[in-house]
Amino acid sequence: MIPKSLESELQARVAHAITPREAAVDVMKALQVHYGWLTDEAVAEAAELLGLATLQVEELATFYEMIYRRPVGKKVIHVCDSIACWTLAGETLLQQLAERLGINVGETTADGCFTLLPCCCLGNCTEAPTMMVGDNIYNRLTLQTALVYIEGERRLIEGGLR
Amino acid sequence: MGPLLFRHNRPGRVVTFGEYQEGGGFAALTKALQEYSPGQVQQTVIDSGLRGRGGAGFPTGRKWSFVPRDLPGPRWLICNCDEMEPGTCKDRILLEANPYSLVEGMVLACYAIGVRHAFIFIRRGYEQAAANLQRALAEAREAGLLGSNINGSDFSCDIEVHLSAGRYICGEETALMNALEGKRANPRAKPPFPAVKGLWGGPTVVNNVESLANIPDIILNGADWFKSLARIPAAAGTKLFSISGHVQQPACVELPLGVPLGELIDTACGGMRSGSSFKSCLPGGASTPYLTREHWDLPLDFDTVAAAGSRLGTGGLVVFDQDTCMVRATLNLVRFYARESCGWCTPCREGLPYVVNMLQKIEAGEGSMEHIAILQDHVKYLNYAFCALAPGAMGPVEGLLRHFEGELLEHVIGQKCPYKRA
Ligand SMILES: Cc1cc2nc3c(=O)[nH]c(=O)nc-3n(C[C@H](O)[C@H](O)[C@H](O)COP(=O)(O)O)c2cc1C
Ligand code: SF4
Ligand code: FES
Repeated sequence: MIPKSLESELQARVAHAITPREAAVDVMKALQVHYGWLTDEAVAEAAELLGLATLQVEELATFYEMIYRRPVGKKVIHVCDSIACWTLAGETLLQQLAERLGINVGETTADGCFTLLPCCCLGNCTEAPTMMVGDNIYNRLTLQTALVYIEGERRLIEGGLR
Repeated sequence: MGPLLFRHNRPGRVVTFGEYQEGGGFAALTKALQEYSPGQVQQTVIDSGLRGRGGAGFPTGRKWSFVPRDLPGPRWLICNCDEMEPGTCKDRILLEANPYSLVEGMVLACYAIGVRHAFIFIRRGYEQAAANLQRALAEAREAGLLGSNINGSDFSCDIEVHLSAGRYICGEETALMNALEGKRANPRAKPPFPAVKGLWGGPTVVNNVESLANIPDIILNGADWFKSLARIPAAAGTKLFSISGHVQQPACVELPLGVPLGELIDTACGGMRSGSSFKSCLPGGASTPYLTREHWDLPLDFDTVAAAGSRLGTGGLVVFDQDTCMVRATLNLVRFYARESCGWCTPCREGLPYVVNMLQKIEAGEGSMEHIAILQDHVKYLNYAFCALAPGAMGPVEGLLRHFEGELLEHVIGQKCPYKRA
């Protein structure tokens, strides 16, 4: 269940749209922030708000890289593996991070803090290698600095901050 | 600092509305609304020779002219800020420094095409650029430069920001329209072209951020001035180049179109990083066939790079040094496309993983001459895909076959990768 305030906020967003489903991505994102990932319940609520069938929401939810249709950690670590980052980091950074976090790529750490995923070019190629943790972008990574940044993010999470 | 797009930039922060105006910002809009008809604005952009900066290089003014003048019902302008083409980060860097040129350029474009409602489609990860734009839009509205009766004229239009959730194909213009409508972002068949039947069935123009941000200065200073900015007579204007990879200082710079490749690397990026020498580069994003040492003096413009067998694309250069295995680089690029395929059509959905598999075999020292022949065939086959993503994916494969056949053969005959870098 989402709080009344969020519901009316999203109803207003949908009402402002030219056609209701135009607001679909905004609605899915807001529900994802609320639940941590796009749960089955969230899909049903999005469908209700948008006047769509749940299948139509599903069709959208599974399309986007950063809508999570399965449980994820409090923050997702997206490590860019596109060409500019590849020239400087090779194919090792993602794998090394997985080892240090004690998980496989695609899994969530035991404390529930982080899920580790590769991603497409983050539009930060002149600052490569790059990763995005939650909403925060980190540049010119080495394995060492990446681990320091992730530790900083862990402290943010423990402090209840974004 | 460039003469046009980066003219307003302040070191380390975004320019303010006041500073933009003091630097001549919104003068073009004021002038156009007082002195020019929509047709005259469009003609000036046609005469300027401005070509689309989103990858295809289509003349911007001509694209606008395809929108039928007399169709009833709403028409739309969409600014494409999906920018997920690997190697490309110019639109973000522009918007993080100055969102106002884009806003002013979009209002001018709306005036020229007769649009009342425009969208800016922004990728996930560009929240700072989106926030800058939201503030710029609010300031412009407040100042009467956006919304109803702009600057006291009888022209009205508004601009809205749409934040996406990450998917490369959303940058393809027809997929983008589906995404904006809240549908799954598979591309649409063309024809009908967007200029006739696009967003919600209405005539629609899709332009890149950089294309639109050029418009104010073109209107203010004229078509001839814009043409004169380029380094070679056949080109027009400046270009944002983002240069990454094995250079000393990766950077995003504004330079005249026609700047030679080698000069761009040596002056804007401090040359190759120490211990590295230039082997090859992607000139304009992941889909553009490689340039090599023989192209060091090649002037970078749309037609010159096309004549050299590649494309200027987005101007996002990725530079490779002598220790880079080009088979492995190509494998990285095609893997990207295979993952980003929207799955709509068979050649792309099935063909790209097959090509990845071939390249993987060759790279691992398990390749044969037959595999090289299969790659050659697929460069042709993937032209039959539904949209430009799959042919784009084969750009680097085609470049690999053309320029680095020897390297492919070394892999196949030696049955291992001759390069040590992982
Ligand atoms: C797979 C694919 C992705 C694209 N991504 C972008 C993009 O992120 N930004 C962009 O401006 N154009 C992109 N394009 C090109 C657009 O379809 C379109 O040509 C462009 O936005 C037109 O703007 P312009 O005329 O100003 O260049 C892409 C094309 C394809 C096939
Ligand atoms: S070529 Fe690829 S991206 Fe384009 S429609 Fe076909 S499957 Fe989708
Ligand atoms: S390739 Fe990694 S940010 Fe662009």
